[in-house]
Amino acid sequence: MFKGGFIQNLPKIYGLYTGGFLVFILLMAALEAGGMDAATIGILFVAFTVCIYALIGYLSRTIQVDAYYVAGRQVPTVFNGMATAADWMSGASFVAMAGGIYFGGYTYMAFLVGWTGGYVLVSTLLAPYLRKFGCYTVPDFIGTRYGGNLPRFCATLVLVLASFTYVTAQINATGTIASRALQIPFELGVWVGLVSILLCSMLGGMRAVTWTQVAQYIVLIVAYLIPVFWMGSKLGNPFPHFMLGDEVQRLAELESQYGLTKNTGAAIKEAGVPGGLKYISNPHSAVPAGGMAVWKYLSLAICMMVGTASLPHILMRYFTTPSVKSARKSVAWSLFFIFLLYFSAPMLATLSKLQLMDPNLPTAIIGKSISEVQSIPWVQNWSAVKQVFIADFNGDGILQLNEWFMRGDVVVLATPEVAGLPYVISGLVAAGGMAAAMSTADGLVLAISNCLSHDIYYKIIDPKADVRKRLIVARILLVVIGAAGAYIASMRLTSILGAVAWAFDFAMSGLFFPLVLGVWWKRATKEGAVAGILGGLASGTAYLIYVGPKFMAQTPWLGIDHLRFGIIGASVSLVAMVVVSLMTKEPSAATQKMVDDVRVPSGRAILGKQH
Amino acid sequence: MSNKDAHWQKTKNHMLVTLAIWFFFSIVIFMFGESVNQGSFLGYPLAYYMSAQGSLAAFVILIFWFANKQEKIDDEHGYGGEKEDD
Repeated sequence: MFKGGFIQNLPKIYGLYTGGFLVFILLMAALEAGGMDAATIGILFVAFTVCIYALIGYLSRTIQVDAYYVAGRQVPTVFNGMATAADWMSGASFVAMAGGIYFGGYTYMAFLVGWTGGYVLVSTLLAPYLRKFGCYTVPDFIGTRYGGNLPRFCATLVLVLASFTYVTAQINATGTIASRALQIPFELGVWVGLVSILLCSMLGGMRAVTWTQVAQYIVLIVAYLIPVFWMGSKLGNPFPHFMLGDEVQRLAELESQYGLTKNTGAAIKEAGVPGGLKYISNPHSAVPAGGMAVWKYLSLAICMMVGTASLPHILMRYFTTPSVKSARKSVAWSLFFIFLLYFSAPMLATLSKLQLMDPNLPTAIIGKSISEVQSIPWVQNWSAVKQVFIADFNGDGILQLNEWFMRGDVVVLATPEVAGLPYVISGLVAAGGMAAAMSTADGLVLAISNCLSHDIYYKIIDPKADVRKRLIVARILLVVIGAAGAYIASMRLTSILGAVAWAFDFAMSGLFFPLVLGVWWKRATKEGAVAGILGGLASGTAYLIYVGPKFMAQTPWLGIDHLRFGIIGASVSLVAMVVVSLMTKEPSAATQKMVDDVRVPSGRAILGKQH
Repeated sequence: MSNKDAHWQKTKNHMLVTLAIWFFFSIVIFMFGESVNQGSFLGYPLAYYMSAQGSLAAFVILIFWFANKQEKIDDEHGYGGEKEDD
């Protein structure tokens, strides 16, 4: 049944794989009906999917440089789109996004706009040109366009900082899910997560990561959409995306009925609410009034958009397509696959909020007596692990909206249980979260280790190294970086590395303008690029330290807080780069010709196949 | 003007048009979020809808349109490269 090569058979192979996964879900459902316990189902879901990824990783092993770094540049458009979507959607997108919308409402949804709109920038300004360039890594472009080792080294610095900030959070997420599903301690779960991640990437580099990411995308999207549609139909909206208008308005009514009260920090502390738990105090769909609110929304969206267009682990996915044309198309497919999850997240938040708030529904808890709520099994389960909490502030024995505390992740993880869906769905959600966190971690670890092995080891330290040695170094670095991430995660130090949003801000501070101007402005010089990278990174970092709540915690200027420090960094980077470029000598004729060639979409890549 | 320059000129204009549309859906709408939210679509308040689905869908359509039109520009100037299956 398989004629022709692997690439020609991809639709068939992944079609079979998807069918197999659906059969596996049905099998689990049958076993659950036959009396198998919830814990075993969870273990089977996570173990089965991780073994499949490891198998794909093993089958994709390679000893060729261009297969290891850019998957041989033969990944078809649509499949690269799926792989990018998995690379992109982290454990946070999968588990925390719906919870963020649940608590943050309209204001939080700036993330949705930012994390999708950024792809317009990727597609118009960067991806096709970087593909034409034929580089292996993002600093490879900076180093060749501007010439010399200094720009290359500076770009590497930004890449490592941005990606490492991001990767520890992902390893942390794999650890959390593995420990919960396999019922092992968190510290051990982190290392189990790391081994799974390395199994997918070590033997085959980019090639292996690509094919496992496609498999992981399929698992995560199935795991996200099934509960949304199932819950939607249970509430009489079989296609919730287009049918929740009334429900959104109903939530606004309920909000005014119950009142959105802000608790004081002291009251929360006194009641002993566990850290990280939140309560609803923001309107679901209403737009907050005032210019500052608008600026906060826009500035967050801008940081996420520009950050998206500067994140190396995303940009490098477009190095793997066969042509410039397919790189462009592939960006479109990536966003389409991301869109499928992102436009479902607000619906999930709406449905699960309504279930807890609407007194006409049997699942409602707000407005009921606290003793009654405390006897509900799912409330008991999640209270026991300190994920939900009830504080009777006014002492009336009735649960008010501001007295119900919950961790954001619970929205995705517990909603199937709240809605009375069978446990097999919870197992599926765990497998989806694992897939999301693993695929992003893989992309990030590979981005860092490829960059260190290619740009630092091969290009700067030992340009004479042979292929075998380069690949050995790349693999050793992969293990070392993964282990460093896992070590930090297992020590529970991730909180000091801050929010995922920081990775976007770091990347935009140091890389956005040097990359974009490298293609779009011939006059940009080496000195200008170095000034842009270092100036942006230094000013952004300094500002982060100035406003960061765990650092100096000063009052932000104009509402630019620690999630938005990229606004400062990127502005400084632009000014520094333009001013210094104009002050220094125009780039050589050869460099200008190179830029001209990058702008022509057909013909040979600037850098050779093996470089 | 050489073929190369003409191609780059068109490419630049196409990029600017695409980014103008992008700017409308990512920034302009939400600049006036409060007034936009007075409107509604499918029963959703409009600014909420745009932030949850509308702008996201617009970006997806925009990038596909961008890629197709750019391919046409490339073909016109003989930079289309070989035909390939995708």
